[in-house]
Amino acid sequence: MSNLALIATLLVMMALAYHLGLTRSRAVAAEHDVRMHSRPGYYGVLVALWCGLPALAIFLLWSFLAPQLIDMLVTQQLPADLVAGLSDRELQTVLRRVTALADGRGVAGGGSPEELDAAAHMARLQTIENFSLVALMAVLVVVGLIVARRRISPNWRARNQVERVIMVALAASSAVAIFTTIGIVLSMLGEALKFFSFISPVEFFFGTTWNPRFSTSGSSNQGEFGLLPLLWGTMMVSIIALLVAIPVGLMTAIYMAEYAPPWLRNVAKPVIEILAGIPTIVYGFFALIVVGPFLSSLGDLIGINIRTTSALTAGLVMGIMIIPFVSSLSDDIITQVPKSLRDGALGLGATKSETIRQVVLPAALPGIVGAFLLAASRAIGETMIVVLAAGNNPVLHANPFEAVSTITVTIVNQLTGDMDFASPQSLVAFALGLTLFVITLGLNVIALVVVRKYRQQYE
Amino acid sequence: MNIPAQPMATSSVSVGSGESRVSKAKDKVKMNAQGVKVFYGDAQAINGIDLDIYENEVLAFIGPSGCGKSTFLRCLNRMNDTIDICRVEGKITLDDNDIYAADRDVVLLRAQVGIVFQKPNPFPKSIYENIAYGPRLHGLARRKAELDDIVESSLRRAGLWDEVKDRLDKPGTGLSGGQQQRLCIARTVAVSPDVILMDEPCSALDPIATAKVEQLIDELSESYTIVMVTHNMQQAARVADRTAFFHMGDLVEVDSTDQIFTNPQDQRTHDYITGRFG
Repeated sequence: MSNLALIATLLVMMALAYHLGLTRSRAVAAEHDVRMHSRPGYYGVLVALWCGLPALAIFLLWSFLAPQLIDMLVTQQLPADLVAGLSDRELQTVLRRVTALADGRGVAGGGSPEELDAAAHMARLQTIENFSLVALMAVLVVVGLIVARRRISPNWRARNQVERVIMVALAASSAVAIFTTIGIVLSMLGEALKFFSFISPVEFFFGTTWNPRFSTSGSSNQGEFGLLPLLWGTMMVSIIALLVAIPVGLMTAIYMAEYAPPWLRNVAKPVIEILAGIPTIVYGFFALIVVGPFLSSLGDLIGINIRTTSALTAGLVMGIMIIPFVSSLSDDIITQVPKSLRDGALGLGATKSETIRQVVLPAALPGIVGAFLLAASRAIGETMIVVLAAGNNPVLHANPFEAVSTITVTIVNQLTGDMDFASPQSLVAFALGLTLFVITLGLNVIALVVVRKYRQQYE
Repeated sequence: MNIPAQPMATSSVSVGSGESRVSKAKDKVKMNAQGVKVFYGDAQAINGIDLDIYENEVLAFIGPSGCGKSTFLRCLNRMNDTIDICRVEGKITLDDNDIYAADRDVVLLRAQVGIVFQKPNPFPKSIYENIAYGPRLHGLARRKAELDDIVESSLRRAGLWDEVKDRLDKPGTGLSGGQQQRLCIARTVAVSPDVILMDEPCSALDPIATAKVEQLIDELSESYTIVMVTHNMQQAARVADRTAFFHMGDLVEVDSTDQIFTNPQDQRTHDYITGRFG
């Protein structure tokens, strides 16, 4: 029985259980001529849950554990001379071939007799596994249904129990996001540690040269993995982007919140927000094809040598991309400053711009700083624009008109093409990713602290 | 605790002192309104009001909710300009100058006619900065020492100096509600206006804080013309020289506070002050 059919059957059984619980509760109520604790629907839901949840739990556990168990049994059955002397990875390859044969897919070169034997064994095991799963689930469904249906009585607080199940389901959903984050961080950490077994952290974090060379398995020819040129490139592009986005975005926000007539605001705000919806790859080739050459010829005009792909090109376009982050959030925050504060300043004879500069903006500052930091972490993590427009030149220099490379670009470079996850050339991506993560996390923490500090002062 | 009784004794409910203040107030017309109509979009909020406001009097506006008293008050320093859909017709003068004239600088008008709002709205700045804001705006102090003097004298006038002199650098929002309202009054006083408008200045305050603000109004009327909106008839009786009764966008009756509360000419005034409606 395929998993899909199994789940579908389970759902049908739950629907049936719901109906049984519903009718049973009505029957109990009629029989004893009492008022049940909960409405009939709750008994139905509860019986359905009793019927379905244990079976579902077993199903998930089984899907997770059974393949490992089967792999183990098949490995034991493999002829000793075949297994002897195989590394873990080679053993995995053998198992993958056996699994493919057992599933009826072919493998390159056909299977050897040992592999075919193992595949037959695996197919048998899989059949047994499937049948036992179906049987176990069937038992759980039936037992759950009977037990729950018999428990229906006027005093059974079905409503409260359903409530508790809902609470657990909601908590489990939030746990998914949290555990995913933790999982990603841990796996990055693990791989990064592997990288640091090749390259010392000091060399990585304080090295000023980035030259990873190419991964050539088995050779001891290691490149130089200095983070600083990449970090500096990231900073330079992000700072240029923020220098564009913060003034323009903030002034846009002030105009939209304080000066624009309602009809203009209703039209212009969504249009500005569309900027955030343009795919970054589009910004990227816009930068490469339009902005870069334009800046370059502009540079010629005033006698500065500006490269077509440079920190300036990437930063400028990235700045335009993050304008909506600054303007939209700041606009919301400025609008939330109470009218009474504005009235207070206006009532003292302040002009509109004095009121905004001296009263409204200081009051909105925590939120605006939060918007800036959000824009900053967006800029630091941005990839496509810099891949195309920053020039990929991981050299430490302070000239914004020259090409640079950033952390994100380097991750792309190291993980495209041939990969060998035993080499520092690929593993460095995890160390870089972890660095990026720590930077944005740091920014967010600073944002929180700043916001909290100002909130104490301003509320 | 009989603090509320104290301003009562000096106000117009007791005949003697009330009479003396009314006679003092009748001298000179400070502000004058003629045929003032206010519209919010298509809805008319005020139907045409004529009113004289005399120098150094305390004039109270009373009336049921939505009668237009706050709206009219806000016309007197053009605070209604900040509401997009609001439109004002008619003529209002300050010292015989039309405040709605095209060449009138609204910013300077508001420095002359200050306003204190219903809910205390101190700026999210220090106590000192709250007071210094207006004088700085209008360049009233050349040196830090002058500004310090203005801050101190304004806070003294508002009866707040002794309570806050040791924490002038603390946020104004950290004060209690009553202190915040007196801070807002001090802030208004600091720009030396001629007229102070107060829009239900005590409605968000407890009785003790209310008593302090009422006493303050009494003292301020020595130097300023004060127009206040109040929901509280006892408050009008305690602090006002004259009282104006508003109803449904009309100014029904304006007279000395004694007259309004003891011998109203209009049936609606009579019904309102005796608690038939409102």
